[in-house]
Amino acid sequence: MQTIAPTAKTEPTLGRDVQTKIGQQLRAMYDDVVSQGVPDRFVELLSRLDEQDEQQS
Amino acid sequence: MSLDPSMRDQVLAAVPSLRAFAISLSGNVDRADDLVQETLVRALANIASFQPGTNMSAWLFTILRNLFRSEYRKRRREVEDGDGSYADTLKSQPEQDGKVEFAEFRAALVKLPPDQREALILVGASGFSYEEAAAICECAVGTIKSRVNRARTRLAELMAIDSVEDFGPDRATRAVLAAGDR
Repeated sequence: MQTIAPTAKTEPTLGRDVQTKIGQQLRAMYDDVVSQGVPDRFVELLSRLDEQDEQQS
Repeated sequence: MSLDPSMRDQVLAAVPSLRAFAISLSGNVDRADDLVQETLVRALANIASFQPGTNMSAWLFTILRNLFRSEYRKRRREVEDGDGSYADTLKSQPEQDGKVEFAEFRAALVKLPPDQREALILVGASGFSYEEAAAICECAVGTIKSRVNRARTRLAELMAIDSVEDFGPDRATRAVLAAGDR
C-alpha cells in the first residue's frame, strides 16, 4: 500500500475517481431502502387517517 | 371527504423513496420513519392544497424536507451546538441502523452541511432534476448546482481522509471500491 503524504489532500485527479464511487455508493444506499417497499405502519397510518377524515365530515 | 383512492396510491407509491430520503438526511432509521409519518399526517391534512396532475412525490419531499429542516434548527438550539456536536450524535447512530457496508458512507454524509446534503441526495439519488430540487429546497437552480458540487467535493475529502487515517481500505471503503467495479 502506497503511503500518502499529509499534504496530498484531495488533489483533483484523485477526486474524479472517488466522486464516481461516491455517486454509486449514494445510490446503492438509497436504493437499498427503496427496495424495502412500504412498511406496514404507513399503510395502517393512511387507513387510520382516512377513517378519521370520513368521520369528521 | 375521504381520500381519493388514486391520491392514496400516489402517496403510498412515494413512501419508499421518502424513507430513503429521510434516512439519508437524518442518518437514523427511527427518526427517519418518524419524519415520514409526520410528513404523511401533514400531507393528508393539507391534501386539498395539492394540485392534481402535479408531482405528488415532489410535493411530499418538500413537506419532509421542511420538517427535517425545522427539526434540525430546533435541535441545534436545544443543544446549543457551536460546532457539529449535533452532527456527532447523528453519526454515532448509523452503524446500528443500517447495513454495515453503508455505515462509513452514512457517517460521512451526515457530516455535510444540511443544505449540501439534501441537494446531493435529491439530485444524485432521488432522481430529481436540478429544477425540481431547486423547487423542493426553495432556492435557485444555480444554488442547487453549486451545493451538489460542494457536497461531492467534501464527501470525496471525507472518504479520502478516512482511508488515510485508517492506513488502508477498511471494510466500508472496500465496499465503495467494489461498487465501483460493478
